[in-house]
Amino acid sequence: MSNQKKDILYGLYNDEEYLLKAVDHANAEGLEITEVFTPFPVHGLDPKLGFAESRLHITGFVYGMLGTLTAFLFMTWVFTRDWPIIFGGKPYFSAPAFIPITFELTVLFAAVGMVVTFYIICGLGPGVTIPTLDDRITDDKFCIAFDVTNAEESLTDKLKGFFSQTGAEEVNTKNI
Amino acid sequence: MSAVVSPIREPLVTGGKTYHQITEDICSPTERTPSAAWVLAFIVAVTGLALFVFGVAWTIWQGIGTWDLNRTIGWSWDITNFVWWVGIGHAGTLISAILLLFRQRWRTGVNRAAEAMTIFAVICAGQFPLIHMGRIWLAFFIFPYPNTRGPLWVNFNSPLLWDVFAISTYFTVSLLFWYTGLVPDFATVRDRAKGIRRKLYNFLSFGWTGSAKHWQRWEALSLVLAGLATPLVLSVHTIVSFDFATSVIPGWHTTIFPPYFVAGAIFSGFAMVQTLMIMTRKILKLEDYITLEHIESMNKVILATGTIVGVAYLTELFIAWYSGYIYEQFAFYNRVLGPYYWSYIGMMSCNVLSPQIFWWKSLRRNVFVTFVMSIFVNIGMWFERFVIIATTLARDYLPSSWSYYVPTWVEIIIFIGSLGLFFTLYLIFVRVAPVVAVAEVKSILKAGGDQYIGPNANKTHHGSKEAAH
Repeated sequence: MSNQKKDILYGLYNDEEYLLKAVDHANAEGLEITEVFTPFPVHGLDPKLGFAESRLHITGFVYGMLGTLTAFLFMTWVFTRDWPIIFGGKPYFSAPAFIPITFELTVLFAAVGMVVTFYIICGLGPGVTIPTLDDRITDDKFCIAFDVTNAEESLTDKLKGFFSQTGAEEVNTKNI
Repeated sequence: MSAVVSPIREPLVTGGKTYHQITEDICSPTERTPSAAWVLAFIVAVTGLALFVFGVAWTIWQGIGTWDLNRTIGWSWDITNFVWWVGIGHAGTLISAILLLFRQRWRTGVNRAAEAMTIFAVICAGQFPLIHMGRIWLAFFIFPYPNTRGPLWVNFNSPLLWDVFAISTYFTVSLLFWYTGLVPDFATVRDRAKGIRRKLYNFLSFGWTGSAKHWQRWEALSLVLAGLATPLVLSVHTIVSFDFATSVIPGWHTTIFPPYFVAGAIFSGFAMVQTLMIMTRKILKLEDYITLEHIESMNKVILATGTIVGVAYLTELFIAWYSGYIYEQFAFYNRVLGPYYWSYIGMMSCNVLSPQIFWWKSLRRNVFVTFVMSIFVNIGMWFERFVIIATTLARDYLPSSWSYYVPTWVEIIIFIGSLGLFFTLYLIFVRVAPVVAVAEVKSILKAGGDQYIGPNANKTHHGSKEAAH
């Protein structure tokens, strides 16, 4: 991510239906959408924007396996190598008794790992401030944004035409 | 746009709200000066919290001798309270995780507050094993850290240690799940705020922008966390029940405990959700989001789980008789007709008999009846844990050591105080965070396909609408 400010031309829509239609329209005209902002997850938007399926669940699996192995191998090491103690006449390596903790650590590692990964790849976290285009995007406006830094007049006009055609409520430019 | 009311399906949000109205209705309680009702409730709750702090400080200073536990009854109100609070802490994750996987969209109205309740209930629960240790300053001994005593590890085969892992994992995962859901809503509050409040909520919202890619990942994350939390929530009370079931005490040593404890946990958790939701929707005027539909659905869960618990009680009695094992038979005879018969009556009447009124639809949809019932269920579930713990211990193998246990004032104020701790946290939460998941409620506002076109849509998108049919 560059620290340089960009000129953003954006349009606000009143309903996710208009937004979806507008995205279709933009795709048909070959306009490159820089970013879409919505107040809630709009279903059916991701394929239109060409997003691949999130791979977050794969990281979850990896973290989970890491938790499984950490717990099981650690307990095995403690009870068979480091400090073997007989509990209730059971064998040192009493695998069934290791299951509850193994399960809990699997879940713990997977959940913590995924959440941390999520915030890192999204660039979010405590103290992060990302300038927003409009305060109403987290309320009831659906926003399509185009990066028009150093863009030619003709492209800007074309985009403005696109916004008025697709029924955008407001069209603004902002330098963020 | 405003939602069209479908003639067939009951809307999940009533009142024909627009997206902006939803934001307004849910966020404004955090922006207003607190109402007199809130201030009064907060004073009461903080007084309770003060009692808790005093009771705990007294216990730590004097030692747990102040609880009048004895050689026979080593666990009593403390562990009863622990199990009771953990049980209450099950509903939130159940609502947000299991109902998410089952695509029960009504959960969006209540999941935020229910998850908050879960977290606060687990905080309350965690206090009891800690103070029960007696020497709380050595509480870190429960963690397997490399120490200078060998290192001497904890006993990984002990259900009490499983409990440590289960409760701390449950708390962490619930907290992460809850907070990740809150981040977009904190951003909504941030974008409505000015000055110092804006800075504060910007910090809390982690810089959320509402970018489509972020939403996609957020949904993927929520789904997997729900998938992880579902077996987790079932495992937690299973492991709590192992504290009893893996012992060799008659009355505890039964394989029915895990499912029976989990059903009981869901039962008491939903009852506490009802108690809180009925007050919250009234005071914050959220009747359009937490509707009678929600109350009725949760009452159905209470009826189902209460009946499961009832079947478990009867199964226990039958199996004790059928086993032909006199110690087991005596444990249950003693439970029903022994010195603590009154707690057995309390348990049976509050948990099994009273929820049966929810077979009637008019009673399921009656807010006042539901509120009273939710209190009954919570009392009943407290009795259940007391019955299991105290009555079983009071009559052990050796009649010469039989005993009877009466709580001291210290234990009573710690229990009442833990309610103060719980309500203090909940009341602060209500002031700081949106109590209903704003973004999620917006996504379920439109309940049917015919509602997906706004009022002006016919002019511009008529053709495509026709084609879609």
